[in-house]
Amino acid sequence: MTDFEPKVVAFCCNYCAYTAADLAGSMRLEYSPYVRIIKLQCTGKLDILHLLKAFEGGADAVFVAG
Amino acid sequence: MGLKRMVNITIDGKKLEVEEGTTILQAAEKLRIKIPTLCYYKALSPQGACRLCVVEIVGGPRKGLSASCSYVVEEGLEVKTNSDRVIKARKLVIELLLLRCPDVPKIKELAEEIGIDRSRYERFQPNEEKCVLCGLCVRVCQELMGVGAINFINRGSSRIVSPPFGEHSSICVTCGACEMICPTGAINLEKFSKNKPLPISSVFDEGLVSRPSIYSPFPQAVPKTPVIDRTTCMHFLNYACKACESFCEAKAIKYKQEDEIYEVDVGAIILTPGFEKFNPQLKDEYGHGRMKNVLTSIQFERVLSSSGPYQSHVIRPSDHKEPKKIAWIQCVGSRDSLCGNEYCSSVCCMYATKEAIMAVDHVPGLEASIFYNDIRAFGKGFEFYYESAKNNYGVRYVKGIISGIKELQQSGNLLLTYTLDNGEIKEEEFDIVVLSVGLVPHPEIVELAKMIGINVNRFGFCQTQTFTPNQTSRPGIYVAGAYEAPMDIPETVMGSSSAAALAGELLSEVRGSLVREKTYPQERDISKEEPRVGVFVCRCGTNIARVVDVPSVADYAKTLPFVAYAEENLYTCSTDTQLKIINALKEHQLNRVVVASCSPRTHEPLFQDTLREAGLNKYLFEMANIRDQCSWVHAANPKQATEKANDLVRMAVARATRLEPIHEILMDINQSALIIGGGVSGMTAALSLAEQGFDAYLIEKEKELGGNLRNIFYTLDGQDPKSFLENLIDKVKGHPKIKIFTEAEIEELSGFVGKFKTRIRTPGKEEEIAHGVVILATGAQQYHPTEYGHGSSDNILTQLSFEEKLAQGEENVKTARKVVMIQCVGSRDEKHPFCSRICCTEAIKNALKLKEMNPEVTIYILYRDIRTYGFNELYYKEAREKGVVFVRYEVDRKPVVNVEDGKIKIKMFDEILNREILLNPDYLILSAGIHPRPDCEELAAKLKLPLNADKFFLEAHMKLRPLDFSNEGFFMAGLAHSPKFINESIAQARGTAARAVTIISQNKRYVGGAVSVVDQDQCAACLTCVRECPFHVPAITEEGVAYIEPAACQGCGICASACPRKAIDVQHYKDNQIIAECEILFDQREAG
Repeated sequence: MTDFEPKVVAFCCNYCAYTAADLAGSMRLEYSPYVRIIKLQCTGKLDILHLLKAFEGGADAVFVAG
Repeated sequence: MGLKRMVNITIDGKKLEVEEGTTILQAAEKLRIKIPTLCYYKALSPQGACRLCVVEIVGGPRKGLSASCSYVVEEGLEVKTNSDRVIKARKLVIELLLLRCPDVPKIKELAEEIGIDRSRYERFQPNEEKCVLCGLCVRVCQELMGVGAINFINRGSSRIVSPPFGEHSSICVTCGACEMICPTGAINLEKFSKNKPLPISSVFDEGLVSRPSIYSPFPQAVPKTPVIDRTTCMHFLNYACKACESFCEAKAIKYKQEDEIYEVDVGAIILTPGFEKFNPQLKDEYGHGRMKNVLTSIQFERVLSSSGPYQSHVIRPSDHKEPKKIAWIQCVGSRDSLCGNEYCSSVCCMYATKEAIMAVDHVPGLEASIFYNDIRAFGKGFEFYYESAKNNYGVRYVKGIISGIKELQQSGNLLLTYTLDNGEIKEEEFDIVVLSVGLVPHPEIVELAKMIGINVNRFGFCQTQTFTPNQTSRPGIYVAGAYEAPMDIPETVMGSSSAAALAGELLSEVRGSLVREKTYPQERDISKEEPRVGVFVCRCGTNIARVVDVPSVADYAKTLPFVAYAEENLYTCSTDTQLKIINALKEHQLNRVVVASCSPRTHEPLFQDTLREAGLNKYLFEMANIRDQCSWVHAANPKQATEKANDLVRMAVARATRLEPIHEILMDINQSALIIGGGVSGMTAALSLAEQGFDAYLIEKEKELGGNLRNIFYTLDGQDPKSFLENLIDKVKGHPKIKIFTEAEIEELSGFVGKFKTRIRTPGKEEEIAHGVVILATGAQQYHPTEYGHGSSDNILTQLSFEEKLAQGEENVKTARKVVMIQCVGSRDEKHPFCSRICCTEAIKNALKLKEMNPEVTIYILYRDIRTYGFNELYYKEAREKGVVFVRYEVDRKPVVNVEDGKIKIKMFDEILNREILLNPDYLILSAGIHPRPDCEELAAKLKLPLNADKFFLEAHMKLRPLDFSNEGFFMAGLAHSPKFINESIAQARGTAARAVTIISQNKRYVGGAVSVVDQDQCAACLTCVRECPFHVPAITEEGVAYIEPAACQGCGICASACPRKAIDVQHYKDNQIIAECEILFDQREAG
């Protein structure tokens, strides 16, 4: 398990966390390439169903940022 | 200029036609075949020194191994870049290099790439050589810089790079190109140059780090175009270099670009030049510039910033160690007649407090100390923040004067000597000292002000008056922000909106006359079509392509379901690519578009516009962010970055196939405003709107207009409030576009932005009016003190009553011998934790007035902190000069007032004398705070508007949106927002007019789009959405189902996720669209 790389999906709010992820890019900050971001207009829209479907879609962890 | 001849060649079996004169390396790059290089640099002639780029020539005149960087192609040439022979040769080269330079990262990296982990050979003796004699430095100095200061000297194993005779070069220009270009870090410029190399310090990072000559001014710069610093670029200094030109694929570098002069015809000018920070070296005793760990507050701001030089890791410049103790010194260049800045800079107390809190957050256990004169936490919410800094973050506030700073040689620590209030002298050591530098006008604006002929005050700030904030002495020229006076962000936002309103009033006749509307073709109906997705993958020059294998992503996109077309572009956002997209849409009958490039935050509107131009609904567009969130953050992992880009494209395509066109609805806007409150704020807002051509309904609770200003009799700058008020009331009453309702109450307010309805009740009458926006200016009131013996003697008064007596020239007041004023009555205490902002200045105003009437009178002002911010500081100074005695008390030792036989006796502890004192004044004046109106909660509930903990109305954002409610279409001004001065109320009120006009200047607007929609067949009217919506939008209709007004919905989707029957969904973010992405998040192929 030492080389286990968790696959993480991040649900990001368009107004804050998604902007922060873009800023990380502008600043060339490195993070794991196994992170996938799904943009939401607001994390208020997030539903349990989306989280479960994300696990089905291959995610090891789900991160909600908003 | 004839066309170049073309030559046909084959590399690794791939045929290619290239221009004559191309090298094999350049040709291979076109085929995206990677050949390792070390001594090659695009802007220099090839040398063929390192031999890493060897390839095998298998067909052509000269067969065998050859350096690809210098081999010019010829017709029929056939090359193998990866044959066994080539690999063997490369391995040998890298083994020898590794032997020469075992510790150089670049060599190790190349060795790993070629598949060698260590050399087979061993050295006789250990070696620390870094130079590989690639000659890049020699070539750059000669070819690009045109200097030729260095070359190879000696022969065989003694061969090195050096200036002639191994001495410092006399012709070296110390440009640093050799050091920059050296791949192995072997060059020390100081050995070559006579001059000491100086880094170019970054202006944005306040000189804490250096930057190159081509740079982006700061991370969030708009436009984010890099610029060339002409004062340091070698091309502009010496006509040399031009290397950047060979690297820029967009051919965007223009050395001959000149400043252009534009002439524009305008009707009004708004001055917003901001401020410059005080130069701390004018206060040499603080050691800035001499002592490494003495920083300005702006420098420390950069230290704290995640985009700063240390990536928000709090360390000090001298040794990059984490500090344990930091001191802030307040009032550096403010409140200081020695440097000519006698005014207060208004913002430093709070920014120092913020920096201290953030520093403590970053470094656990950090001791933060702020050395101050008065803590001026006068803004909305500031007092609470200040208290929280003390109580929750352990920030220590020391009232003391710094008499000296010494740098300790060994540790680089700073020894501060300071004098406390009681005269005690102390010494204390700190790791960092931060100077809270003040605000001064920008030197360039001082010149500009002279040119355009506006009055400035003696410090160079723009001169305005109490009743005419934002108006310069020249009609049509307005001012906003810190150029008017030092101010915090919310005040600058209010002032800039106010200046916009002033320009709007002046130019109302020509509003919209320069607007041109864009027309689009009829949208195509795609409802009966299968999804046909077009995918455009962007290289973004090399921004994406350097890391992500763009052609393979485009190829991968072609394999995805419903993808009918895919291509790669150099710049997808360029104008010619937009035309290509439009053509591809038609040619391939596409009905969805996916662009894989940068961020939708910056580029989605551009591409959506392209779709509209091609007759496709703009909601049929989706982006995959493979730059900001992929190539830029995974530069070290190109393989994984390409996989991620594939995943992101797959997710975007899956979502795109489920996208539906959304038709926004045009809604009429009622171009009028309701203004609640007929004080100076309400009247100012109404008048500004009316002057801008909009109908204003002004409602006032009382019989008369005027509000609190009726109780003010004079101002510090000698203006006459009475005549101002009369004039304002006359203008408001006489304006045909203003309708006034006095003795009026709101019965009910319904509707949403653009379409409100309000029932107003006046004595014996009820009326309904329709309006587009609401401005709330309901004011506040003076606190009625119950402490300090108020009510037990006729000679114990509030400031307002005292002012009235002064204005009437009451004899007893005029002949009083001794007057005491107590500050913070009903402010900054447990029950009312906020600061009322204006009381210090009001007390000084009345003290000065009394002194003017009777110079013999003794006045004591008992205070906690004197908060005369900005230019009001000058009146504080004047009061001290005229003999007003200021005595400080601590909150836990408040003065005690007794009235015995009609005589007032005050006992208090004087912090400076360190003993109790007794005062027997003729009059005691209480500086009673400003409190919210008692009916504010009722009004807030009626209008569904939020209040803060102190019961003032709560804005959408404390700093950035101080005029707006979060409820769309509602704005606020004046004391209902928070305590403030008359000029601040006027600026905010006029500002709300500008904010309102952004809505009501249009007669129609598009609503809908990405908003919640209720499936009314599914709705069980359980009220969950009604309760959950933070904006109070869902309502139950007469049919007994929920309805969400698209014009009011903010699209957050809380109702949709809360709805137990899933009867609500957010358009464009529907469940099936989000799930489509979730289901195929990661490539499942590897899992089998």
